[in-house]
Amino acid sequence: MTDTEKTIRELAAKRILILDGAMGTMIQREKFSEEDFRAERFKDWKRDLKGNNDLLILTQADKIRDIHLQYFCAGADIVETNTFSSTTIAQADYGMEELAYELNFEGARLAREAGDIAAKEDGKPRFVAGTLGPTNRTASISPDVNNPGFRAVTFDQLAEAYGEAARGLLDGGADILLVETIFDTLNAKAAIFAIEELFAERKIRVPVMISGTITDLSGRTLSGQTPTAFWNALNHARPISFGLNCALGAKEMRAHIAELSRVADTLICAYPNAGLPNEFGLYDESPEAMGELVGEFASSGLVNIVGGCCGTTPDHIAAIAEAVKGKAPRKVPEIAPRMRLSGLEPFETAA
Amino acid sequence: MTSAAQSFVNVGERTNVTGSAKFRKLITNGDYAAALDVAREQVENGAQILDVNMDEGLLDSEKAMVEFLNLIASEPDIARVPLMIDSSKWSVIEAGLKCVQGKPIVNSISLKEGEESFLAQARKVRAYGAAVVVMAFDETGQADTFKRKTEICARAYKILTEQVGFPPQDIVFDPNIFAVATGIEEHSNYGVDFIEATRWIRENLPHAHISGGVSNLSFAFRGNEPVRAAMHSVFLFHAINAGMDMGIVNAGALPVYDDIDAELRELAEDVVLNRRADATDRLLAAADKFKGGKQEARVVDTKWREQPVEKRLAHALVHGITEFIESDTEEARAKAARPLHVIEGPLMDGMNVVGDLFGSGKMFLPQVVKSARVMKQAVAYLMPFMEKEKEEQGLTQRKAAGKILMATVKGDVHDIGKNIVGVVLQCNNYEVIDLGVMVPVQKILETARKEEVDVIGLSGLITPSLDEMVTVASELEREGFDVPLLIGGATTSKIHTAVKIHPAYDRGQAVHVLDASRAVGVVSQLLSNDNKAAYVEGVQAEYVKLAEQHARAQEDKVRAPIAAARENRLAIDAAKVQPKPSFLGTKVIDIPIETLIPYIDWTPFFQTWELKGRYPDILKDEKFGEAARNLFEDATAMLRQMADEKWLQARAVIGFWPANQSGDDIDLYKDDGRREKLATLHTLRQQMARGKDRPNLALADFVAPDGEDYVGGFAVTAGIGEEAMSQRFARANDDYGGILAKALADRLAEAGAEWLHEQVRKQHWGYAAGEDLSNEELIAEGYEGIRPAPGYPAQPDHTEKGVLFDLLDAPNAIGLTLTESYAMWPGSAVSGLYFSHPESRYFGLGKIDRDQVADYAARKGYDLATMEKWLAPVLNYDPNRAQKIAAE
Repeated sequence: MTDTEKTIRELAAKRILILDGAMGTMIQREKFSEEDFRAERFKDWKRDLKGNNDLLILTQADKIRDIHLQYFCAGADIVETNTFSSTTIAQADYGMEELAYELNFEGARLAREAGDIAAKEDGKPRFVAGTLGPTNRTASISPDVNNPGFRAVTFDQLAEAYGEAARGLLDGGADILLVETIFDTLNAKAAIFAIEELFAERKIRVPVMISGTITDLSGRTLSGQTPTAFWNALNHARPISFGLNCALGAKEMRAHIAELSRVADTLICAYPNAGLPNEFGLYDESPEAMGELVGEFASSGLVNIVGGCCGTTPDHIAAIAEAVKGKAPRKVPEIAPRMRLSGLEPFETAA
Repeated sequence: MTSAAQSFVNVGERTNVTGSAKFRKLITNGDYAAALDVAREQVENGAQILDVNMDEGLLDSEKAMVEFLNLIASEPDIARVPLMIDSSKWSVIEAGLKCVQGKPIVNSISLKEGEESFLAQARKVRAYGAAVVVMAFDETGQADTFKRKTEICARAYKILTEQVGFPPQDIVFDPNIFAVATGIEEHSNYGVDFIEATRWIRENLPHAHISGGVSNLSFAFRGNEPVRAAMHSVFLFHAINAGMDMGIVNAGALPVYDDIDAELRELAEDVVLNRRADATDRLLAAADKFKGGKQEARVVDTKWREQPVEKRLAHALVHGITEFIESDTEEARAKAARPLHVIEGPLMDGMNVVGDLFGSGKMFLPQVVKSARVMKQAVAYLMPFMEKEKEEQGLTQRKAAGKILMATVKGDVHDIGKNIVGVVLQCNNYEVIDLGVMVPVQKILETARKEEVDVIGLSGLITPSLDEMVTVASELEREGFDVPLLIGGATTSKIHTAVKIHPAYDRGQAVHVLDASRAVGVVSQLLSNDNKAAYVEGVQAEYVKLAEQHARAQEDKVRAPIAAARENRLAIDAAKVQPKPSFLGTKVIDIPIETLIPYIDWTPFFQTWELKGRYPDILKDEKFGEAARNLFEDATAMLRQMADEKWLQARAVIGFWPANQSGDDIDLYKDDGRREKLATLHTLRQQMARGKDRPNLALADFVAPDGEDYVGGFAVTAGIGEEAMSQRFARANDDYGGILAKALADRLAEAGAEWLHEQVRKQHWGYAAGEDLSNEELIAEGYEGIRPAPGYPAQPDHTEKGVLFDLLDAPNAIGLTLTESYAMWPGSAVSGLYFSHPESRYFGLGKIDRDQVADYAARKGYDLATMEKWLAPVLNYDPNRAQKIAAE
């Protein structure tokens, strides 16, 4: 166990830890123009860059660091790097594959700097979770109707992209690797595979957080798995935390978090959206309302780490931190050893 | 339930080219569709794990494994169970591991090539997140005896748990099931060796599992299925007792131990357990006797096949069943006038069921995609018929049903949903031009023009994409396009489309598509010559309504502070205040029933009987006319009787008092000296956020704040005698008569209020002495002044009836009382206030905020909670929540 993992586990035994909120929402507030996204360095880039939020790590570094700092100041113990799409696969949309390593490295460095500033203020340890997003391709769903056996991306391509991103994140100073917003479990398995290879190569282990996404009312991931099937498919990563984020508000997410809380013998992490988007695509659940809902997760003993996804702001994180303050963290259950497999649904053998 | 603990796990063995000749043939012929059916059948028959093996010399096993596993991933009813990736070649196993999102079992690895390669493979298995079958096999060969089996398994267990960190519960040992009864004496104890090794492993290697390929056991009896099945069954019976918990068996075909013919069971058991030296000979001698035994036929649920073809098509779509789709489609086609009607009718109906199930969370995405593929097959079957129809009609050939351009808008890179919509559309024979992600508006327009597309579909996930979609719509409008524009993606909504996108694109029609399952329905309507106009009209009407509702809801949501609302009150024209009434104080008036008959508003009367339409037109209505005429006849006859026989009496009390506006209330005075207050009428003020052009009204606004002004009040009942009348009908068991009489009494009370108001205007108050209006004009309120009632939209507070009843002394004056919930008794009664100023008008209060409610409660001397209870329907806030916040 690394020192970081030990510190986190000790803290998590005492209280519920706080993860940050949305980066995209904060970036939208800044109303950056195409020119802001480009800055001097990419002023002649041949494609539109507005919308490539990860690029702001390089072109608006101060703003990004400041957002991290705002979250730390709002009470976050852990912030996520702004590297959701910093893989060669996701950056291909902008022709920026070459920048993947740099984005991850700089993204981790900015968050680490913000963490150091915050820690210096009040002496509380702060952690940087290096974000590995889902990419925009799926390894187990075919985009071609006439060929359901076709795949737009392979496990090996994903593993390579994730490996490079993870390298950048660790070199830039990430304390944790966070595989998040997983809607196709096979993508996440490729990320875990790459991370394990990196650990073996460097002879290190860094804590890994895993967070999936239940996409709709069916209570399944986009690729069709139930929460327990999803846990069975990924627990070989021995993640320090396992949980869900995005797509749902706290209210809709509760049942699925409760399920994972029962089956997973690791910390449970939940960071829902600020409700469901309203008719105009805006997430308008107030910090108070969300604090109340997430506070109830804590009262019911479902969670160890909480934060926010789309639509959440430092105000939401402050409200959530306040709502779970003094509430006992979930006790990690002892799960009897059984062979637990999964397809789309879980499968468990007798003893 | 698959998640429940299973004591013995059936691993389906039919998707194994080494074990099934049928499956091998399908795979070598490349018939993957039929191969998938084999897999599906296995799962339906109870296989809890599916073994997939492609080890065939003539096959590219790696490629076949990848192809088949990827196809399984698209079949939710197969992919729901875990897989067992089975190969003797590591490269095939690894290729397979890269294709499954769940947690599979690898079958198998072993110490055959030494510890180093065993370690490397085990670590990989772990990194891919799989469980593993370990064969009892080492550098010197396969373990045959109890001693060898247990030694090798113990060694492998130690390496896996101690060096690799493999969880012991994820290890499955296969201690080798070999053929018995081969005639070779050394083989006789193989069954016993396996069973005893199993027992030992379970006792000594905690949490590990035992599996085996059972069919090897009876290899000597090839061709005699009943004997083989009996051997397998007895072997499993004993091995399971010893701790074997997993087996590669044909789950559907095995007899239950107790059901095996007793003689056969004993013979088989002798062989398996090596109980006597002549066991093999005895079983061989008897084998032929059992050869003819028939196997149980597979039971498949075919009930749905008995339903009508439309239902069958829907069932096939919902469950993704392609087996009968062509014959069912043919049956539907034969019934339909045109092949296209099968698509627009039963097939689309079925897809709508899929859409509803998906929308309510009862289906998930891979299942929906599967349904779309079934749809595709049905459409493909119909295509030649449609082509033929076109040829016969001499229409020009056009292959695709329509050309659809799809794009994720500029600034957004999310395209999974868009791709799924593309899949579903292509399944239905639409040509899809996919421009990908981050597509600038110019490129969308250029392509749409060049390719002459029929529909444009925009997708986006993030919030800023909504604005970009509006931009695309306005550009389409500006450049003169008129093709339909589809809007989809997680943050898009019908209301946003209606409010923001639809108004930007007048020439064409923007349509919000809720999810992929709806896309085909929408597109087929938009491209149908017959249905397009009606469909677009429907969408437009809906969007206009939604936009209006939205505007109103916005108004409803935002409340002005009560102080601001008061600032924006109506100031009536003081010059138009009406003169003093003919008397002050109260007066009782008896009204003959026959006087009221001409004042009856019959339209609501017919509504009570669910006859919808305006009187008198309803008497001639095609649908309701006859019933309405009969009813009207009975009603007028009864009315005459009511009047002649004096069943009911109508009586009213009216009053007028000097009055002035005082804030949102109205002060009433004893006399024109206006020094001694008689009572206060409380009123509520609208709190919508409004501009200067529209005032925030309160009833108090209709009374002059100073000078000589007056307010009237009334209560009228036509219910004197009502109770006795109802009882007469009840005693006679005449329900119809009872209801009719009650409805008429209600109408008479309303007519009383109308008549009385007229008398007040013309005579008692007298401000409209020259008024001469017909009953229709009266009903349409074509007069000056209003008579709002407490409990109605302008004053929703029923408790104000108490103030009015006190003023009128209604209980004593006319026998009309209030229940504790402020309902009038007898029920056929109307009460209210009279306002005479020409600017007074009926209005709806709308929702009000806590600031006003608190102030109103204080004015009335109620506590806040009680006031909130009476005003519950008009509160713009949740009182419980507001209280909590205030307390914090």
